[in-house]
Amino acid sequence: MSDLPAKAPRWAIWLPLALFLGFVALVIVGLYRPADRNVASALVGKSMPQFDLPAALPGRPGLDSKVLANGKPHLVNVFASWCIPCRVEAPQLGALAKAGVPIEGISVRDTTENLQGFLQTNGDPFQRIGADDDGKVQLALGSSGVPETYVVDGKGTIVYQHIGEIRPEHLGLLLEKLKEAGQ
Amino acid sequence: MIAELGLAALWLAAALAALQLVSGALGLTERGAVLGGAVRPVAVVQGGLALLAFACLIYVFSVTDLSVKLVALNSHSMKPLVFKIAGAWGNHEGSMLLWVTVMGLGGAFVALVEKRLPERTMLATLAGQAFVSLGFYAFLLLASNPFERLSPVPMEGNGLNPLLQDLGLAFHPPTLYLGYVGLSIAFSFAIGALVTREVGPAFAKAMRPWVLGAWIFLTVGITAGSYWAYYELGWGGWWFWDPVENASLMPWLAATALLHSCGVLAARNALRAWTIMLGVVAFSMSMIGTFLVRSGILTSVHAFAVDPQRGTFILALLAIYIGGALVLFGLRAATVTEGERFAFVSREGALVVNNVMLSAILGIVLFGTLYPLFAEAMGAKVSVGPPYFNPMSALFAVPMLVVLMVGPLLRWRRDKFGRVGRGLVIPAMLVVAGGIGVLVLGGVALLPWIGLALSVGLGWASLLPLKGRNLRRTPLPIWGMVVAHFGIAVALFGMSSESAFSVEKLVAVRMGEVTQVGPWGVKLGTVEPVAGPNWTAMEARLLVRYGIDGKVTRMLPQSRSFWTPPQQTSESALLTRWNGQLYAVLGGEAPKVDGEKQSRWQLRLWWKPFAPLIWIGGLLIALGGLLALLGRVAADVRRIVAKDKIAYRREKQGR
Repeated sequence: MSDLPAKAPRWAIWLPLALFLGFVALVIVGLYRPADRNVASALVGKSMPQFDLPAALPGRPGLDSKVLANGKPHLVNVFASWCIPCRVEAPQLGALAKAGVPIEGISVRDTTENLQGFLQTNGDPFQRIGADDDGKVQLALGSSGVPETYVVDGKGTIVYQHIGEIRPEHLGLLLEKLKEAGQ
Repeated sequence: MIAELGLAALWLAAALAALQLVSGALGLTERGAVLGGAVRPVAVVQGGLALLAFACLIYVFSVTDLSVKLVALNSHSMKPLVFKIAGAWGNHEGSMLLWVTVMGLGGAFVALVEKRLPERTMLATLAGQAFVSLGFYAFLLLASNPFERLSPVPMEGNGLNPLLQDLGLAFHPPTLYLGYVGLSIAFSFAIGALVTREVGPAFAKAMRPWVLGAWIFLTVGITAGSYWAYYELGWGGWWFWDPVENASLMPWLAATALLHSCGVLAARNALRAWTIMLGVVAFSMSMIGTFLVRSGILTSVHAFAVDPQRGTFILALLAIYIGGALVLFGLRAATVTEGERFAFVSREGALVVNNVMLSAILGIVLFGTLYPLFAEAMGAKVSVGPPYFNPMSALFAVPMLVVLMVGPLLRWRRDKFGRVGRGLVIPAMLVVAGGIGVLVLGGVALLPWIGLALSVGLGWASLLPLKGRNLRRTPLPIWGMVVAHFGIAVALFGMSSESAFSVEKLVAVRMGEVTQVGPWGVKLGTVEPVAGPNWTAMEARLLVRYGIDGKVTRMLPQSRSFWTPPQQTSESALLTRWNGQLYAVLGGEAPKVDGEKQSRWQLRLWWKPFAPLIWIGGLLIALGGLLALLGRVAADVRRIVAKDKIAYRREKQGR
């Protein structure tokens, strides 16, 4: 019976390093791939689920999914006063509203008082705000957190989903998606 | 002020790590030898400061100081205190702070108690530990400062992922981290030994307790994590081959191999380069696993920080540490000769098989985990799941388990199968009998069938090393080996039984209706809302009975809604009996069919025979490790005491 171990060949010593370098290369490709890594909602390309939300604020209209199919592209923003990233994205929403984009809000699990406070501090870019008190519409949208923003075309079809807060660098992409949706 | 104190402590600890690195490295040279003396005390203070920083973080979380950004993002004033504390590490920044704290404490601990290692290797080891720590300090301080303030201060925090609001999970990450990061010590030891070229039995004996310690924590962490996933996710499974799970399994596989090759090196001065390699690989797997989970590069059910920028930072760290260690290995491994030779049929031979098989499984898991990434680079989206992992890992696990029955009985260096053959007759018969028995029962898939048959024989064979020994005088490490190997048999039996005999039922029932699942009758009593501190839930009252005349017991599964952040979770109810577990999950209200008045509720029920043995086996494996560790440490202490006594006597005589 032969004695073990036979001496490993010289190149074998460098094999782990070679494998590791392969791993690093693979991961770099993965990290810098331009494709978005977000878990895309299954709803992109489908029509908005039917809903009819009551007004979140007195004297302001609520949100009805029919409004979203009025021929013009819309931005639907799911937000809440208790959500910190929503404050971060407020200036960007303000800018979009100023640029003439119709923005509809879905306010999730909120109170009128808190919501009013939030809009007073952070600005109010919304045309309509529906109150989604039990989060049902949010769930129907396939959205798991706030904030989330959807680009909806004139026929009520979701063409783009943005997960997380809208940062200044996202504005260009959103405007482009809105423009595409309007064509 | 506390947050600033924590930040200051962190900066100071980082500075000391730099000092530790420099004085350790210069201490190795002739001109800087005097600096070497600073390394141990600096390591101790560095560890203390890291701990102070972590304590500060726990403090700001426990008082919900919302002016700290991390607290505002991950906590909420309404949370129960224990989850506020757990919130400190239930997020990216906090868990990285926990990481450097464990690394710092590990280094401090080594500096305080390690007496076996030659002084030069010790310096190189502590310098290596500081070098790795330094990168993670930089990562924390430059890219993910946990103490960052927030202005304006929000009224309320964002909460904690409700899935994480569970006692099991609150304490699962620290346990796992002690294992993950504990392996950094083995890594630093390997670096130290490569730098000074001092690899031998003494080195292996010095490294072994640290590997054992880390391995015990890893084992407990994985076992606890698996049980958590089982009862909390409400899917009724206990292992999903999810990237996050694989991230913890891979270092465990490497550490298990390392533990065994360390034994060969300590006892027989063989497998030198291989042991060093495993020391590097084990901690590399911890880092790679953390990177895969943190960078968001792989999607997982429980990955929690998706941020490519941070991913880049960790990747750079990986490249420096793992790449650097592998280069050092390549340069030095040839000078670390292989050591003593041995025949294939020998204890060493069996342990080599164990090492090769464990490494093969590690390779398979790593490949399967990375494959989706590879496919995506090629332009396809795939997911790799149990159909790949189960048979592929079994391909190597089964031969390894067979060898495990024989290995502990073999002698070192050279042996004959004939000598140990007689002892193995009973286990072999048990395997065959078990195989036939299960076949008679019928309807069992191939893998669980093999598993059931093997587990019975392995259970018996694992006790054989105790045969003919005086049990009270048997050394603790032998007991440890026996208990751990028996634990593998127990866990294997649980896993195989669970997958062979589980009964599942998904029903929609009215109140008062009875459903049969396996031997159980389950009656839906009422479904009522209940309220917790930060959630509301629908709670079902199930009345269950084993067999026809068993005692009636109540089970209370819940479907919970959290509102900070809004999320639904299922709180499953478990009923454990000696021969298995009944698992109940309450789903939603079933949609009413036309004309129906009373509502029906969805129930998901499982009867899982002997399932708890999976985790009991896991804990036995860890217990075996603990016994071995206690035995080794006790022997070390005795040795040091005896040495001191001799030195004392000599000194007296000299006078």
